[in-house]
Amino acid sequence: MNFFTILVGIILVNNYVLAQFLGICPFLGVSKKLDSAVGMGVAVIFVMVLATAATWPIQQLLNMWGIGYLQTIVFILIIAALVQFVEMVLKKFIPALHKSLGVYLPLITTNCAVLGVCISNIDAGYNYIESLVNSFGAGVGFLLAMVIFSGMRSKLEGNTAIPASFQGVPITLASAALLSLAFMGFGGLV
Amino acid sequence: MSAILTPVLLVVAVGFVLAVILTIASKVFYVPVDETVTNLRAELPGANCGACGFAGCDDYASALAADPSIGTAKCPVGGADVAAKLAEILGVEAGSAEPNVAVVMCNGHNGAAKKLMEYQGMSTCSAAKQLYGGGNVCGHGCIGLGDCERVCPYGAIKVCNGVAVVARELCVGCGMCANQCPNKVIRIAPAKNKVVVQCHSTDAGAKTRKACSNGCIGCKKCEKACKFEAVKVENNLAYIDPEKCKNCGLCAKECPTGAINNMRAKRKPAVAPAPAAEAKAEAPAQAEA
Repeated sequence: MNFFTILVGIILVNNYVLAQFLGICPFLGVSKKLDSAVGMGVAVIFVMVLATAATWPIQQLLNMWGIGYLQTIVFILIIAALVQFVEMVLKKFIPALHKSLGVYLPLITTNCAVLGVCISNIDAGYNYIESLVNSFGAGVGFLLAMVIFSGMRSKLEGNTAIPASFQGVPITLASAALLSLAFMGFGGLV
Repeated sequence: MSAILTPVLLVVAVGFVLAVILTIASKVFYVPVDETVTNLRAELPGANCGACGFAGCDDYASALAADPSIGTAKCPVGGADVAAKLAEILGVEAGSAEPNVAVVMCNGHNGAAKKLMEYQGMSTCSAAKQLYGGGNVCGHGCIGLGDCERVCPYGAIKVCNGVAVVARELCVGCGMCANQCPNKVIRIAPAKNKVVVQCHSTDAGAKTRKACSNGCIGCKKCEKACKFEAVKVENNLAYIDPEKCKNCGLCAKECPTGAINNMRAKRKPAVAPAPAAEAKAEAPAQAEA
């Protein structure tokens, strides 16, 4: 399978947020403003690639001992520790980036999209390089969804054409559903 | 046995290795925390009300440590005491924090404001507002279902006899009630101003008169009475400029409907609550004057 197919597949067709419904919490929580949405998206790309780089070899180790079923718990341990570690490194060496990522970085620790991409890499039978490409694409897909949705929300904010009882969360959820529906148009592309 | 032992040992080992790595990392990548921030934060009240304009006390403390020129007097909850302590830590001059209080711009209590209907829906102002603008004929005034009362962390605002009343000695001027009010009847004003317009209706005089006996009808008598050009009538509603007002109370005397309330006068408050509170609040103000 070539890398291009993997990227198109994970960004557009099987978009983690809009088609697989993983990582919905930050998708709704952090998409109010464009710059924070981009910050969160970049942080997710970063963590997804790192987490895959760390968990793929571990899975081989687990398979070797025949305890592949420990996948979930071990992956969670590793992702959590990895994010903590990255946070410390950033705080020390790139304080500006640490400040701009702010609270999002620790939030990603428990983001199911990160765990999801690590596990689905294994399930799809990708090799190491393919896994990394797939993780990168998953992050880019997340970023894409965040950016599109924050654009939609900025139009919704303070829009008086919305009935009062629909303002806020209801209209946000309804438009998220419509965006997801729009992405269904990519179905069958790969 | 090994079927259980191997996975347990493995997970423990993974956890242990990660713990060691994180422990080492926390020492290697240790970033010293600025002690000033901790000290500043300790002096702030910790109500996290956001009245200073920052996202809570922590944020204000770190912003202050980074740039003392933003001023130590931004905390209305702590007032002058806290401002002085913050300035001491930073080694700069303390600015004076002029205390603010919430002012309810409505006196449409149950006896004065006409009812449009007997509202029996959800007992919140924001819900009532969506149904023909609340239970009163006047759509500008206090709805009186206590959204402000519920949001106030200091118990300084209460709904009495259908209208919100501020206990000025408890109020710190954080503005949470003002943000909550669906009709924007509450505003934050300097505490030194004791003469306030207690009406928020911009309707024409005749319409206001039909809706409420305490409303401002825009007759401009107050404007003419004021010797300091502090009162202006715009959009059928009087407004007293807090900078120019000297608390003389002439406008309140002239007002034919009693829409202007002089809290210094020994007038019987229109509503029963907290007369003691207002009396207490008066005392320091007179000392100032």
